[in-house]
Amino acid sequence: MHANLFDRFIEKESIIHRLDPRVKVITLVGFILSNALLPDGAWLAFIVGWIFLLFANDLSKLGLSYTFRRSIIALPFALAAVSAIFSPMGNPLATWHFGMFTLTPTDLGVLRFTSILIRSWLSVQMGILLVATTPFPDLIHALEHLHFPKSLSTIIAFLYRYLFVLTDETFRLLRARDARSAGLEGTKAGGALFWRMRVAGNMAGQLFVRSYDRSDRIYSAMLSRGYTGNIRTLNPHTMKQSDWAISSTIAVFLIVTQMIGWIR
Amino acid sequence: MSIKHQVETETAPLKITDETLQVTNLHFAYPDGHTALQNVSFTLKQGEKVALVGPNGAGKSTLMLHLNGILAGHGEVSVAGLPINEKNLPRIRASVGLVFQNPDDQLFSPTVFEDVAFGPLHMGLSETEVRQRVESALEAVVMTDYRDRLSHHLSVGEKKRIAIATVLSMSPQLLVLDEPSAGLDPRARRKLIHLLRDLPLTMLVSTHDLALVKELFPRTIIMDGGSIVADGPSDDILEDVTLLEAHGLEKPY
Repeated sequence: MHANLFDRFIEKESIIHRLDPRVKVITLVGFILSNALLPDGAWLAFIVGWIFLLFANDLSKLGLSYTFRRSIIALPFALAAVSAIFSPMGNPLATWHFGMFTLTPTDLGVLRFTSILIRSWLSVQMGILLVATTPFPDLIHALEHLHFPKSLSTIIAFLYRYLFVLTDETFRLLRARDARSAGLEGTKAGGALFWRMRVAGNMAGQLFVRSYDRSDRIYSAMLSRGYTGNIRTLNPHTMKQSDWAISSTIAVFLIVTQMIGWIR
Repeated sequence: MSIKHQVETETAPLKITDETLQVTNLHFAYPDGHTALQNVSFTLKQGEKVALVGPNGAGKSTLMLHLNGILAGHGEVSVAGLPINEKNLPRIRASVGLVFQNPDDQLFSPTVFEDVAFGPLHMGLSETEVRQRVESALEAVVMTDYRDRLSHHLSVGEKKRIAIATVLSMSPQLLVLDEPSAGLDPRARRKLIHLLRDLPLTMLVSTHDLALVKELFPRTIIMDGGSIVADGPSDDILEDVTLLEAHGLEKPY
């Protein structure tokens, strides 16, 4: 019904799509680490990172601006770094008074904030690219290959499978409520706020109880097929020569980015 | 829900028997005190296809959960001469293929392949053997093209067929299905009927679909209020209007 609501995988025939999922996961982690390690104000290195990202975007055939468009959704999270602007180190740029509070933005603070913004913005885009070019089950396989803790990868796999079932369930509940949310002519429909809050609370409770019962049934289904506490899976991925070649290229590139960032 | 299995101190010698399933004096009460099964006894011969009918709440699903030891009541259940106890549990679960009513409960892996491979992998088979079994199970339900599909992209009818494949891949001796035709459109139901007809396995199938019973199952067991109230040839039982109506059932056309 709403099966494609969260699935961000876009099927295309490209080098990035064909790349082993492990390489992609490690590249993402490496790229994020590299961004995080760059010093504040390493503009040239940031630009190099951005070009790398654009290049990957282009190779994936999703279009140069694909990840940029999707990254805007993550922008509000960058606001968490706003307090960095008012870092007490550095020279004050201005003084703002709000009643009894005084805020002083500093030059070093602004530099730090801009750097954090760029770092997170680049990293988020790479994550978006990973999800768009890799089917989710392959991502879970990659984590398993990389010896990610089994219980965590299992939880992610279940989450992925049942997120869709749960959303469907939620939509059905909402629809059932809407179908009975009638109004008479001349009266205000919808009831009192408190009453509506109670209805919403009951619906959340319903969802919890249903999910709990479902988890019981799923566990029975797993036991029936021989589950004893360890999830076993077959992972069909093997590293090809081209995967190794691309991984080493990326590793070299990340090292070069670091050098550009630190040597001035 | 945690229900402990009775551990038998000594294992009974393996009986050579052509009875695939033997249930003797089975009693079960849920932890809240509600009695779900009372004095249930029946046997299934090898190759027999039997329908289990009865109103909602009759105890059909509870009985099915006993057949591979998910629930354990008082009484005896043995599969191919092997009594169900803690020690035999892995072997029992490999030989009883239990398919749940809601395919969203049965299909819990991200892809179809992984779901069908789950049973064989947990039986400790080699990779080639697992792949072979997945292939032949998907072939049996005519779904080979769905190997790499995501479970949440399937229709209900497709999910039901894959759900059956997930237990066929374990090569069970007994197939236990809980309301397989519920919620299917006529075409999907017809496909399912052909599938069940062609599978050469011992089967116990719970259903409200008496037309399906008439078509597929030579023998019918009626349950009501936690006990078996009738057990015999479907032709006789489905003609007995008084019996059917007494237990909330309707004679099929």
